[in-house]
Amino acid sequence: MAVLTEEQTMLQDQARSWSREEAPVDKFREMRDSGTEKGFTEAIWAEMAAMGWAGILIPESLGGSGMDYATFGVVLEETGRTLVASPLFASALVGTSALLLGGSDAQKQDWLPGIAAGSSIITLAVDEHPHHTPEQTALLGARSGEGFALNGRKVFVFEGSSADVFVVAARTSGSPGETSGITLFLVPSDAPGVTASRLHTADSRGYANVVFADVEVGADAVIGEVDQGFELLDAILDRARAGLAAEMLGTASEAFDRTLEYLKTRVQFDQVIGSFQSLGHRAATLFMEREFARSCVEAALRAIDEGSPDVAQLCSLAKCQAGEFLHNMSNDMIQMHGGIGMTDEFDAGFFLKRARATEAAFGNQSFHRRRYIADFGI
Amino acid sequence: MSAPDPAQLAEFRTEASQWLQAHFPTSLAHQQPPGIAGFGAKLSGDWKVWQERLGEKGWSAPTWPAEYGGGGLSPEEAAVLHAEMNAIGAVSPIGGFGTMMFGPTLLDVGTEEQKQRYLPAIIRGDIHWCQGYSEPGAGSDLASLQSFAEDKGDHFVLNGSKIWTSGALEADWMYGVFRTDRSKKYEGISFMTLDMKSPGVEVKPITLISGQSPFNEVFFTDVVIPKENLVGEKNLGWNIGKLLLLHERQGIAGGSASAGGASYDIEHVARDYIGLDNGQLSDGALRERIAEQKMFSHAYALTGRRFSDEAAVNGPSAAVGIMKVAWARNNQNREELLVEMLGSQGLGWEGDAFSDSELRTVRAWLRSKANSIEGGSTEINLNLVAKRVLGLKGY
Repeated sequence: MAVLTEEQTMLQDQARSWSREEAPVDKFREMRDSGTEKGFTEAIWAEMAAMGWAGILIPESLGGSGMDYATFGVVLEETGRTLVASPLFASALVGTSALLLGGSDAQKQDWLPGIAAGSSIITLAVDEHPHHTPEQTALLGARSGEGFALNGRKVFVFEGSSADVFVVAARTSGSPGETSGITLFLVPSDAPGVTASRLHTADSRGYANVVFADVEVGADAVIGEVDQGFELLDAILDRARAGLAAEMLGTASEAFDRTLEYLKTRVQFDQVIGSFQSLGHRAATLFMEREFARSCVEAALRAIDEGSPDVAQLCSLAKCQAGEFLHNMSNDMIQMHGGIGMTDEFDAGFFLKRARATEAAFGNQSFHRRRYIADFGI
Repeated sequence: MSAPDPAQLAEFRTEASQWLQAHFPTSLAHQQPPGIAGFGAKLSGDWKVWQERLGEKGWSAPTWPAEYGGGGLSPEEAAVLHAEMNAIGAVSPIGGFGTMMFGPTLLDVGTEEQKQRYLPAIIRGDIHWCQGYSEPGAGSDLASLQSFAEDKGDHFVLNGSKIWTSGALEADWMYGVFRTDRSKKYEGISFMTLDMKSPGVEVKPITLISGQSPFNEVFFTDVVIPKENLVGEKNLGWNIGKLLLLHERQGIAGGSASAGGASYDIEHVARDYIGLDNGQLSDGALRERIAEQKMFSHAYALTGRRFSDEAAVNGPSAAVGIMKVAWARNNQNREELLVEMLGSQGLGWEGDAFSDSELRTVRAWLRSKANSIEGGSTEINLNLVAKRVLGLKGY
């Protein structure tokens, strides 16, 4: 791991001990079994907010602590280890980034203090298809009086049924497939015409499909510039990709540690199964994937903080490498545990389900390979 | 370790830049030294001048102690020097086994007399080294080596042979591991140096599938080795030999991303030989495989940099074993892709029907097959990682 700052080390210690003691995987299981409509446990989210995590990125003047993305990544890696389900990623990182990067002073004043306190949840509503294709945005933003009328549908919105406000990507000109003509809007969830329907997904987190039917918003709801929102959207998405990659690295690292422990303790043919080369070599190869993923995640977060010109390339690299490691690790976790890995009583299934959901979010491995290679002019 | 003072580093950057301006022959900018660095090419002309100046300054081994002729720089200063050299396209002609492996090992375990004797010559690039490790019956299971150095009181007498010895034909000296006790496998091995001009040393090049002969067999017949050439204690050389391999793998891990890279980029070959369709490679499946390769390579480079930073603080780690595995995979995948993209032009051996770069690519592809065998095979490195890093038993 890269050499951490004092602040990062403190936060890492705090996040590690809190995740293990207060929010272990059993808490996630309890949440799933409770049948909550939110997809997270409010008391746990309140604890996270009380520790200041909801305001990690938000400036001190607006109630946060004004830290950087690399520091946020350290926390997400730890919460990812125990599969903590909460609005931390969607609200404190993704939605917050939209306001920090493109929000007006009034928008920031209105929303960031509540978000930092954990009392407001903001989330990005971007995808309209089963695959992440932001340039295909079709949800219509038509001029209406002084403002706009929004019509369309967003799918698989993180924390969509508990959000207080959405950042909505809409088409204000041009056609789906074009990057120009996209505008971002800030839309409260209680605006007339907004309907969120909770999705019941394999990974038990709180996604929703959200319908916007004749939703009237003022010109002051625009984040950034009308028709010029794609670049801003892509910058928000890159922060989402790098942050999610950090969480995925934590999830996969935990799966790795648990599997390695099993290889050291499970005895068959009078020997621990880790002594078989077919398993030991796979473990060593997964270790390589883990180290590679870590290097990429750290480089992507650092690039964001430093405003480096290769942010997009590194964020695609990080999301792809973390996705590959998590994909392989979640499969091997089950295979190497054998039959017990297939039982609901054991946790491996949670890691597998979380893996596929996070891999798909904000572009799967295939999406990011195509995005990465396009830079080379082939 | 205390954080480096930015003002001091800036001052050093100026110093390094000025020294390079004054001493680096501009005719060599962005040139690679003839032969493989450190494998024995005797330099002449501007290369010789540059070798002498760089060696005199000690910046061929920037972090080694100044008392042995090294640069005496901190890791941070060495990184600055490296960046300044890169910026003007200055490549050190002094490298290879001496600076990468034997020198660092000697700094760890050598006697004062041995450090004084070997290090200054390594730093100046005066001695070219080869490494006597593998034997016909001792490859992955290196400790089964049989070349026997019999103790004759004030000297040893060596008989046996080594194989896959890079640069042996040009080398002045060899360091290596030799058996000094046949009754114990690991505790019967000693680490020694020997003069390649000693009577009884014979070198035979091995021609590879690429048509090249980078490796040799070395035969020893009653070769006399003075006792002072023993590094560490007699029969306790195995751990020194292993330590040296760790330096080798660290060297590979810290190497450049394009290690083993041919002269032209994969995307250029793709454009020239496959063609674009609306700005995208017309073969979509190939395009995705190229992306995978480039991303693996990028991740490899980032990890190498991270491991080097960490090693500067914590010393070499067994985890670099995965870098050897990754390095081989990266090179081999890359060469396979290049040859595949060249199509039938990627099958040329010689002649006018093929361009120089096509022919070079074919040879490089064949050469790359050794990457997962040399320096510890992929399987042996995975065993080492399983055992030393992951703590698994039975390896």
